Amino acid sequence: MLGSVLVANRGEIARRVITTARRLGVRAVAVYSEADAALPFVQEADEAVLIGPAQPAGSYLNGAAILAAARRTGAQAVHPGYGFLAESPAFAASVIEAGLTWIGPSPAAIEQMGDKINARNLMHAAGVPISPGTREPAADVTAALAAAAEIGYPVMIKAAAGGGGIGMSAAMDPAQLAAGFETARSRAERFFGSPAILLERYVEQARHVEVQILGLVDGRVLALGERDCSVQRRHQKVAEETPSPGISPELRARMLAAAVTAGQAVGYQGAGTVEFLVDVTAADFVFLEMNTRLQVEHPVTELVTGLDLVEQQFLIAAGEDASFVPEAVVPRGHALELRIYAEDSKRFLPSPGTIGDWAEPAGPGIRVDAGYAAGNTVTPYYDPLLAKLCVHGPDREQALDRARAAVGAFRITGLKTNLEFHADLLASAEFSSGDYDTSLVSRLRP
Amino acid sequence: MSEVRAEMVANVWKVVAAQGDSVADGDTLVILESMKMEIPVLAESTGTLTRLAVAEGDVVQEGDLIAVIE
Repeated sequence: MLGSVLVANRGEIARRVITTARRLGVRAVAVYSEADAALPFVQEADEAVLIGPAQPAGSYLNGAAILAAARRTGAQAVHPGYGFLAESPAFAASVIEAGLTWIGPSPAAIEQMGDKINARNLMHAAGVPISPGTREPAADVTAALAAAAEIGYPVMIKAAAGGGGIGMSAAMDPAQLAAGFETARSRAERFFGSPAILLERYVEQARHVEVQILGLVDGRVLALGERDCSVQRRHQKVAEETPSPGISPELRARMLAAAVTAGQAVGYQGAGTVEFLVDVTAADFVFLEMNTRLQVEHPVTELVTGLDLVEQQFLIAAGEDASFVPEAVVPRGHALELRIYAEDSKRFLPSPGTIGDWAEPAGPGIRVDAGYAAGNTVTPYYDPLLAKLCVHGPDREQALDRARAAVGAFRITGLKTNLEFHADLLASAEFSSGDYDTSLVSRLRP
Repeated sequence: MSEVRAEMVANVWKVVAAQGDSVADGDTLVILESMKMEIPVLAESTGTLTRLAVAEGDVVQEGDLIAVIE
């Protein structure tokens, strides 16, 4: 096992990784920006190093400062969390060059999957189904219109290097595509450093279902079940659950097999997620993208499998076998994750501010992964995720009941949160029925 | 006269309109950024933009004046 790990991230995920490190007796080093000095992850680490200003470019995206902190503290390994530098092949390579252990897949695998166009082409070649779309970046509006005419409307406009729903929009016809293309390009350039745009067929009645994979040191790739992430606002996930209530056992088996194929195609090691779009009416699926890191919503998989995915990441990075017998993993019960954001419950607008009271729900089947505590200030520099309220129950109905009680018991004052939205979601007949798709939130908040 | 104010703590990412411009209800005046989200600030009336109180890179607090339309 590793002796020490530096966590190159912040908030709830840094705290999550530190918790596992401490449980396993691995010394945990936090790095933090000037805006985050008072947050729990800084307090709970064995050692914490200030690496820069609030602006991410000077701190959490500053690879040189992070490596300097690793040297100074003698950390042996770097865990990137998700976001920031987690999917930067250059940063992964610089960690390895510095003689440290990178807790993630190889820089080559990150690079191959990081460009969505390249990933689609690679998956197509490996026999994983993809939707009709561009095989190379659309250079300008004229090229985009020509490509869309071939793909067929509606189309989704995406940043090839993107993620997190930023720069994504759907176009129902050529006029909307022409209007949306330049906006998408400028956002792609600004947020991801590349203006390359991908167009693909947009499925209107779709579920977003992803598969957790784990590439072991002996080369095997395991599929550890799926997560349904169809509850989204602005193409960003708000709630996730496993198992997906919207896919048949036959479809699930095919998706898990496709995810294993995807992982094997890039020699994947460690934890990763293969995202699919499920066409509800056709009962079929296509590859969307692969996230070469730990996923935000990994706790739901942990709740039903009993595994600690961060522990498995540590073991695999250290070249060791996983701590469980793959054949013995049988998912039990049903789990949900509700993302508690600092945003209002009606329009979902950001609401930075200082937290007054913070009282988390507790009880059987309740897990809260929180990045903040009472008295902390939530600044405008980072994403609005405050905490992940995760619930496990013997079946979906009981998990939903526990979630309703837990949302009611979660008390956060001082800023606006989307707790009220979650209460409405859990009260809605559509979500409760399990028969919903990615347009659910637009119906709850017309 | 109508005053346009910031709804939240944010950074001013882009100033779209200029002082002296004629603006219509619903026109984008500036684009704020908070928590990785772009938030367009729109004119709430039609008239002349007599004052633009922010510049790109500024940090605004909730309730801060952004623009005056007369």
